This record gives sequence, C-alpha cells and structure tokens, in this order.
Amino acid sequence: MTDPLSRPSDARQATSLPNDLNARELARWTWRQLTSMRTALVLLLLLALAAIPGSVFPQEDIDSLAVSQWRDNHPRLAPIWDRLDLFAVYGSPWFGAIYILLMISLVGCIIPRLFVYARALRAKPPRAPRHLSRLPESTSYTTDEDPDVVLARAASVVRDRRFRVEWTEGSDAVAAERGHLREAGNLVFHLAVIVVLVGVAIGSLFGYKGGVIMFNGEDYGFSNNLTQYDDFAPGSLFDPAVMEPFSFSITDFDVEWIPDGPRAGMARKFVAHLDYETEPGAETEEYDLRVNHPLSIGGTDVFLIGHGYAPVITVRDGEGNIAQSGPTVFLPTNAQTFESFGVVKAADAQPEQIGLEGSFYPTFSMGTDADGNLTMPGSAWGDALDPLVSLQVYTGDVGLDDGTSASVYVLDKTKATQLLKDDGQPFRMDLRPGDTVTLPDGLGSVTFEGLERWNKIQISRSPGKFIALGGVVAALLGLLASLFIRPRRLWVRARRQDDGSTLVEVARLDRSSGGDPETGRDELADIVAALRKDKS
Amino acid sequence: MTDAQWETLSNQGVAAAGVVYFLALLAYAVQWAALRDVPVKQLVGTDGAPVVEVPDVQVAHRTEMAGRLGLLLTGIGALAHFVALVGRGMAADPNRVPWGNMYEFTLAGTFVVVALFLATTNRWRLSWLGPIVVGFTLVVLLADVLWLYEPVAPLTEALESYWLVIHVVSAVIATGAFTLGAITSILYLLKARSTKETGYLARLPELAKLDRISYRMHAFGFPVWTFGVLISGPIWAHQAWSSYWNWDPKEVWAFITWVVYAAYLHARATAGWRGRNAAILALVGAATLWFNFIGINFFSTTSQHSYAEGAGEVSSLVVRVPGTVEAAEEVGVVVGPDHARA
Ligand code: HEM
Repeated sequence: MTDPLSRPSDARQATSLPNDLNARELARWTWRQLTSMRTALVLLLLLALAAIPGSVFPQEDIDSLAVSQWRDNHPRLAPIWDRLDLFAVYGSPWFGAIYILLMISLVGCIIPRLFVYARALRAKPPRAPRHLSRLPESTSYTTDEDPDVVLARAASVVRDRRFRVEWTEGSDAVAAERGHLREAGNLVFHLAVIVVLVGVAIGSLFGYKGGVIMFNGEDYGFSNNLTQYDDFAPGSLFDPAVMEPFSFSITDFDVEWIPDGPRAGMARKFVAHLDYETEPGAETEEYDLRVNHPLSIGGTDVFLIGHGYAPVITVRDGEGNIAQSGPTVFLPTNAQTFESFGVVKAADAQPEQIGLEGSFYPTFSMGTDADGNLTMPGSAWGDALDPLVSLQVYTGDVGLDDGTSASVYVLDKTKATQLLKDDGQPFRMDLRPGDTVTLPDGLGSVTFEGLERWNKIQISRSPGKFIALGGVVAALLGLLASLFIRPRRLWVRARRQDDGSTLVEVARLDRSSGGDPETGRDELADIVAALRKDKS
Repeated sequence: MTDAQWETLSNQGVAAAGVVYFLALLAYAVQWAALRDVPVKQLVGTDGAPVVEVPDVQVAHRTEMAGRLGLLLTGIGALAHFVALVGRGMAADPNRVPWGNMYEFTLAGTFVVVALFLATTNRWRLSWLGPIVVGFTLVVLLADVLWLYEPVAPLTEALESYWLVIHVVSAVIATGAFTLGAITSILYLLKARSTKETGYLARLPELAKLDRISYRMHAFGFPVWTFGVLISGPIWAHQAWSSYWNWDPKEVWAFITWVVYAAYLHARATAGWRGRNAAILALVGAATLWFNFIGINFFSTTSQHSYAEGAGEVSSLVVRVPGTVEAAEEVGVVVGPDHARA
C-alpha cells in the first residue's frame, strides 16, 4: 500500500521470516503471521472447507442411526473415518483448531485496532496536503472574496454536513473528516463474532436436550429429572442441579387431517393440551403446545415434535393371567399414512415369554395395483378411521431377562422362535379394536383393547442463547455501519493570488473499501456549490 | 376468486412473464445488434461507461428506442411475475407466503433478481445488464416450470411461522443480490480477457465500474444473508426444532456461503483484492449458494430442509429411535413435514 493516509490496520500484512532469529523473534514473527490479514483470510476459507465433510457424511450427534448404517455399508472405511473424526466433524479437534486459531487471530487483530481507533477518535483531522490538486477528487475555482471569508464559510458548510472540522483563523486551509463510525462498526462486528461464539459455547457446554415419548392422560405425567427421559444429550459441563423442577401431563391431543387437495391426508394443526406445574406444589396451569409454539418454563423450553398411535394391547398368558397390558408406542414408518411399526413384549408370560411384532394401520386398506389386484396391506389415511393391528408372534427369550438394555422398539429374535401355522407359514393375527385372538398351543390370548395417542416431547435448555442472539444482532449492526458508512476527508484551501483574486481548492479523499467515485463526485460538487452559492 | 382461479391466474402470470421477458430479450437483441460492428470509442463518460459514439443518427435513435423498449418490457414482465407470485399465495388454503417449495422459491428468487435490477438500473446506470438479467431469468423460469412445478398445497405445520416468512424473504432477497453480483463478476472476468473493440463486452462499462457494481451487490446481500441465515433462521429453528443450530446440511452450506462471502468482503477491505481475485472469490460464494439450493435438496438424504421429496412423501422432524433398529426398519416420528428454508 502506497497510500500514506491508509490506516495502520491496513499495514498488517504478513511478512517473511527473518533470517537470523531467536526465540523471541520467532514468537513475534509467529504472532504477526497469525494476526495478519492473509492468515485471517486463509483461516476463513479453511473454516468453510472444513465444514463440508459434516454435510456429506452422517454425524453422530445429529443422526447416529445414519452413522451406524454408513458404518455397516463401509466396513473398511469406517475405522479410518473414526480416526479422522469424520462422524463428529463439528466437535473434532481439527475443526476446533481452525476456529480457535481464527479467534486468536481475531483477538490479536482487534486489540491493537481498538487502541488505534481510540487515538483516531481524539485526533484532529489531518492537515491539508500541500498539493490538493493532486488528489484524485479535487476541484478549484477563483473568486474575489477574501480567503478568510471563504474559509469561514467552508468551515460552517462542512460542519453542517456533520464533518468534524479543524480550522484556526490564520491558517490557509480547512480540514474536515467524517465517518469514524465505520471503524467503530467494524470493531463492533468483530467483537460481536467473539460474543456469538461465547454464547454458543455456553449453550453447548452447559445445556442439554432430551426427548420423551408420552401417552396422553394424567397417569402418564412427566417430571423433569434425568430418569424420566428416553434420550438425553447433555453438554460436557452440564450439571443436573440446574434442571428446573417442573412437571406436566398431556390431557388431550388434537390433530386435523386435510381431507382433499394435493396434500390430502396430511396432518396439521397439532395441539397437545398440557397441564403443567412449574414446581412441585405450584398451581396447575394450562398450555396448548403446538409446533412453532414451545412452552418456556424458566430457562427451559418444551417442544412438541412428533406424534403417533399407541394401540392398547393386552396379552394373557397360558395360565390366564395378564402378562402385559397398556398402550404400546408404535412408530410411524410412513409420514403420510401413519402406517406404524411396533413391538409388544410379555416377559412374564407363563409358560413361555411372548413377543409380538407387527404393523399398525390407522385406516386399514388392501392396496390395489394398476390392474386392480390386491397388493400389500396398507394404511389409506393417517386418521384412525378403521384401525387395525397386524401382529406376528414369537416365543422363547424375547430379550428382557438378560439384563441388557434392549430397545423397547425392537424385538431381539436371536433367542426367540416365530410361531408358525400348521402349513409352515408364520402365524399372523389381524385385530380391530375389541378383538381377541387365542394363540395356538395354549400360549394364551391377545386383545386389542383400543387406541391411545402418544406425543414426542423435546425438552431443551440452552443457556447463552440470548448472548448469542445479542451477539449476532450487534454483529449485524456493526456490519451495516462498516459497509455503508464512508469515512472521508475533505480540505478547502483559499489563497490570495498575485492578481488579487482568491483561488479556492477543494479536495476529497474517500477511505472506504467500496469507494465510489460517483457519490464522491456528487458530494464534492455539492460542497463547492454550497460554497459558491452562499456568496451572493 | 376461488383458489383454483388464483392458481390459474398464477400459472398465466408465469406464462405471461415468460413471453414478455422473451420480447424484452428481443428488444435488447435489436439494441445490441445495431451496435455490433461499431467500435467503442475509448472515451469514458462521467459515469464510467464508455461513451457510445454512434456515427449514424438513425442507428443511434433505433438503439436507444430498442433499449428503452427492452427496459419497459422487463418492467411489464416483472409485473406479471409478481402477479404469478401473489396468485400462488392466494391459491393456497389458508393463504400463505408463496415460497413453500422449490418451484415457488425459484419463482420468488428470479423475481427478486429482476426487481433489484429495475430498482438500481437508473441509479447505477446498469442498462447494459438488462439483456443478461432478462435472459437469465427466462432460462431459470423455464427450468422451474419444466422440472420443479408443483401444484399449490397448504404449508406444512412447521412452516407456519412468521419467523419463517422473515427468514425466507431475506434468503430470497440475498440470493437475488448475490446472483446479480455473480453475473457482474462473470462479466468482469470475460471483459478482462477480451481484447475486442466491438460487441457486447467492449460496450460494458470499464472494469473498475463492473468491479464496483459487483461489490455493491455483495455488500447489500451480505447483511441481508447474515440476518436471514444467522438471526431469523436460528430463531425459527429454535421454535420448531428446539435448538437454534443443528448443523443440518442446509445450515452447514448456508454457513459456508456466509464464510466465503465474509472472506470476499474481507479480502477486498483488507488485502486489497480487487478485480480478478475478488471476482473469483465471489463466484465461489455463488457456487456454494446455488449448490445449497439445488444440490442439497436433491442429493442430501439427511437434510431436514429437504424440498425435493416426491409430492407428499415428506419426512421431517424425524425422531431417530435410540437402540438397534435394523436398517430396513428405520422409523420416523412425524409432526409436520417441512420443506422450507431454501
Ligand atoms: C471470524 C472471523 C472473521 C470474520 C467473519 C470477518 C468478517 C469481516 C467482514 C465481513 C469484513 C468486511 C466489512 C467491511 O468491508 O468493512 C471485515 C473487515 C475487516 N476485518 Fe474481519 N473478519 C474476521 C476475522 C478477522 C481477523 C482475524 C482480522 C485481523 C487479522 C480481521 C480484520 C479485519 C479488518 C482490518 C477489516 C476492515 C477493513 C476496513 O475497515 O475496511 N478480521 N471482516
């Protein structure tokens, strides 16, 4: 940069490594490199590059199921990917290294600039260069007014235009400057970037996010402590003591099914009606929990994020005792028709354990293909107009006795045998509400009592989110100032010439990065016009 | 008007816009054809554009008329385009914002490109950009109608949020501005390599001005993108999905776009990159922007923002079930299929 008027910050360029260096010089050199503009640029582009793999490969903390599928499909690559943290990109050391370096660079860059800025704020507009006509934006005219008159007017004209003005009577030029807020905006922007990262870090270290699937009804209430969650993802510094002691239950759930049109069958207007207490003993309050309308209790938010059907199935064993009863969560496998899949385990059944596995169809229909032949059974509709469960039966060890924490949504069939009909086909029963089917071989019976609903509730606490939000908003404001305020200097010099007339020179220097000759020229012309008009 | 009528109106609006844009393109073609063999005087006018010295008064008159006609037709096309957008929104029950799927987002995005061009063309003297903007819009609209068309449908639950409206409006506007910036950057690169004295490239404003226009488009788009992607997007995500940032592929790429454009502004402001390098960086930004819109929708299987699933076959807010589920039994719990956030 040859512009003598450029700010010191612009001079922060990378330098080459000194030849003979001791430790101190090396450290200084490293610091200069790290806080140089070029490094900041490279780090920014690296950050963009480093973010890519996380959008290509499934991520453990986002979709662990997809990760395990990927592992199964690529058994050879998976260990390498593990070593490279490609399943956890955004928490990986190398991703962290890039943004930490960027942060250091940022701090190293901002601090010196804060001092420079503080000095610049107090500084007077610099004196007029000797040859104003050499500046790219300059003009001149002659008049018969006295130079001091011209300069006094110039001072007031530019002051009215909100320039900071420096003119002492007797000197031959007025110096003016405006647009300091640009640099302030730029500093605010960069500082705010740090604030955002701090806010985000607080959230991910101290926050948590968990989910629970709940049946409707007072009997199935939830109270906010660790044991009640189905899945729970705490930050690494999370302390259970911060969990707010609220509790709630879902009294009712409404949903509306679109009857016709291109999205026929789509569900909408989900509302889970909650009764909640902010702490034990507090008054019960009501809230209609809807998508996009979470319930905030203290610093914790409660979201409705899913729903489904829970057929109430009773299993009686060979001795006539109830071995299992109550609603069972069936998980939708089709978002449109709510065809669902589920498992019932009756581990206490005598003489043998019983496991049921199968599908639930809210509106049962036999599908037809183009030729009108019956195809696979299915659900025509998400609403429960003609509900049916279709189950197959397993006996033997259905996986509850060995103490391993098997998923309640999966039947472990390794030690169970499927119940077959005489012809060797699997035994299958199709039940409508109220139906009971007696199992062969004196195993017992299964009754489909009725239908319940469940809701998936997500509960999260992200401390620091308002810090992060405040940070981005500040960053945006700073950015606007930084991009659209034009710092510029202006000088007016008036000198008596030999022939008695006064030569007035006006020059302007634009110091913004998006420097724009058109507005610059306009401003210069306006100011000159104002200077000359006032004369009359 | 009934919903069906609104929908018809919208389709007619798109067709009309297409025809009028095509006529505008013809008008521009007449304008530039007349000047095809006239060498550019190396004289730079006050606005930085080369002074068009046309020897023949009649030719001069004809080109000027053709240019004005082109601009007028572009304006009329934009009106029809706007009607098409409004029609989409009114045709849905309940009425909604016209950007519930890729077709609509593209319709809205191209409208913003034309509108931004019309809004700035006088102030920044961009008449030379007319043919490119109209040609680009025409091609994209055609592709939109051919490949992305979807009948009007109500918004899914997760999309019914005014934060979403704000979020998508800002994303569309920024996309329009970045696209104009990218077009200008491409013109810059082409002109920088061209040595011809006649023709379109030669008649473009000088390089420094192209560079400046490109910068301004980006300087306008960047804060809008910042607001859309880093403020309103997370606020909406927090309401709908319980965490404000999920590293979803769509978010990752929006972030990448943001970082690349930040690097672009940075490079210009501090490293003094102008012209060629800056233009290339701007195009990298545009590539990430468009990849996010097109690529992620079609290729990503994990994005919660996916637009591109077959009509109705929407999955979102999928709750993966903890535990060992066999691959074929991947289960989802669904509240509201959601597609937005292009
Ligand atoms: C998180 C990383 C960073 C981001 C997202 C970022 C973003 C930006 C943006 C968008 C601008 C343009 C605003 C304008 O044109 O005035 C800018 C300007 C600037 N940045 Fe950064 N920056 C980052 C890191 C840094 C670092 C590490 C340094 C110092 C080494 C730095 C120094 C500067 C300077 C000096 C300017 C302004 C120049 C001017 O006033 O024209 N930035 N930055």
